[in-house]
Amino acid sequence: MSAVATSSIVRLPVWRARAVMAALLAAFAVLAGRSVYLQALHTDFLQGKGEARYSRVLEIPGTRGRILDRNGEALAISTPVQSVWAIPGDVEASPAQLRKLGALLGVEPRELKKKLGDISRDFVYLKRQIAPEQAEQVARLGLAGIYQHREFRRYYPGGELTAHLVGFTGVDEAGQEGIELAHQATLGGVPGSRRVIKDRLGHVVEDIESIRAAQDGKDLQLAIDGKIQSLAYGALKAALVGHRAKAGAAVVIDVRSGEVLALVNLPTFNPNNRARLSGEQLRNRALTDSFEPGSTLKPFTVALALEEGKVTPRTVVSVGRDPLRIASYTIHDPHPEPGGISVAQVIQRSSNVGAAKIALALPREDMWDMFNRAGFGAAPQLGFPGEASGKLRPARSWRPVEQATMAYGHGISVSLLQLARAYTMFARDGEIVPLTLLKADAPAAGTRVISAQTAREVRAMLELAVQPGGTAPRARIMGWRVAGKTGTAHKQENGGYAPDKYISSFVGLAPASAPRLVIAVMIDEPSDGKYYGGVVAAPVFAQVAQGALRLLNVPHDAPLEPVPLPGEGEEAKEST
Amino acid sequence: MAKLNLLLLLVLIVCALGLVTSQHKARKLFSELEREQARARELDVEYGKLQLEASTWGLHARIEKVATGTLGMRTPDPRRVRIVEREAAQ
Repeated sequence: MSAVATSSIVRLPVWRARAVMAALLAAFAVLAGRSVYLQALHTDFLQGKGEARYSRVLEIPGTRGRILDRNGEALAISTPVQSVWAIPGDVEASPAQLRKLGALLGVEPRELKKKLGDISRDFVYLKRQIAPEQAEQVARLGLAGIYQHREFRRYYPGGELTAHLVGFTGVDEAGQEGIELAHQATLGGVPGSRRVIKDRLGHVVEDIESIRAAQDGKDLQLAIDGKIQSLAYGALKAALVGHRAKAGAAVVIDVRSGEVLALVNLPTFNPNNRARLSGEQLRNRALTDSFEPGSTLKPFTVALALEEGKVTPRTVVSVGRDPLRIASYTIHDPHPEPGGISVAQVIQRSSNVGAAKIALALPREDMWDMFNRAGFGAAPQLGFPGEASGKLRPARSWRPVEQATMAYGHGISVSLLQLARAYTMFARDGEIVPLTLLKADAPAAGTRVISAQTAREVRAMLELAVQPGGTAPRARIMGWRVAGKTGTAHKQENGGYAPDKYISSFVGLAPASAPRLVIAVMIDEPSDGKYYGGVVAAPVFAQVAQGALRLLNVPHDAPLEPVPLPGEGEEAKEST
Repeated sequence: MAKLNLLLLLVLIVCALGLVTSQHKARKLFSELEREQARARELDVEYGKLQLEASTWGLHARIEKVATGTLGMRTPDPRRVRIVEREAAQ
């Protein structure tokens, strides 16, 4: 059998060998195809999957820029803090350790237990934003399943002084109010990220690549002068307490550059601790609230009349014993003067009848144009969130009586900042200057509204108003001449005027010979019986002007003699 | 041929050792970098704290209180202040 087998070679059919060959080749082709598929076509995906086992992307936070005052003092700073979080399922700690942790974090043990009890969650904040030292102590407890990560917290060294202006950020450092909100794009940092290799224990062992470099936010320098701000805050607060007023605001403007040197609002709040905040505290009265300004608007009416040549400062306006009647409306004056008074005296004594009579001689379109160019009825474009534009109705809707009352600031509403800005036209010889909250340094170009001649004439009248016989002798200070106008307006309530609630205001310029500052003060509802702007608001102006002029090294333009204060009730009274 | 192979082997060994040492150096440098970065973070924290401290000490209200209270200073009478104008060619 075997002999047969060896002797006769079995010839297998050729196709079998070929079939095996083909099968083997096909298998190789499949392998090659698969490897091409994996190596060439899917390589990115697979490599990514592989790396995901050990590489991690780390976020690098970008620091938020600081907010500084004009002297470089910090008003808002971001400092690193730690947030403690846990994976509840992984936490291993004895009750004693948990008590200790709770004490360190300032979290009630019950609350801590509740947070850690929910094992289904794999991320829970135990406490956000704690001080680095505290975090160090927490880390030293060495509890499993409890981790920390770094965040930034915003601190406001200026506290309540600059709270309204600077605003604040939320817990995630995004601006929510004020400058923080308005300049979010400049201040905000852009977080970067990098890819690293971590070992089993979570240590970074190798840097693979930087995906995006972190960008820190830029610092922002405001026009605010911390010293003047502090001064204005102190003076305003004292006046509010002294006159038992509800609220108040003050603004100081550098006439040359249009920079806002101080902007104070009361009541205020502490931006570092905003646990209990009321809307009253948050209101930025100087910028976002408007009110009926009252007599502080008279100079604009008079300026227009001078500009149109209708009157000169010496023109006599008859303000008879009888009140002025227009239609069914009567305008009163507290000091009727049978012989009539000059236009300058209308400002000095703040005569409503006088101002109304001057206004009635003017075309209403021109008056509207004057108010419009003074910046009333339009937001001052400071780039601040929620700037009030006030209310200035179109001229064609004015009835004569409205035109008359508007001459002394009724039926029109403005914000304190608009009012201060409008007064720059008297300070800059007829030019109104655009305002800025950011440091500018360079003098700003103004827009001409009235002639230099008119501006100087009105300024002289405003100076008369602070002299004895005017409405605000208490605005005077030692060493510098000042000029200004009082305002006392009934507050609007439920569509009418409240008989016993007032807004007292004063807007002034100093020094009068070559104005450098415009200071506006508004006090809401003084309730100790005194409510005239000359008594309530003017002393605040005087205090701020005295200090600010000294701080700015402005040369004296008046003899250095103490200013005699008028006796109680000696100043001219005004009714609006 | 054998000589060439031996030479190449030698080169290979040198290269391999070089790779090992450079990797080791890189690891060491990296851990140093990490340490320094941690230090930078610490300094950052401290800088923030110091900034806050400086601005708290420098509060105008506090300076005013210390100056008038503890140090007995007061604003000079304006009559005794002379303002000197800078002689600039303006």
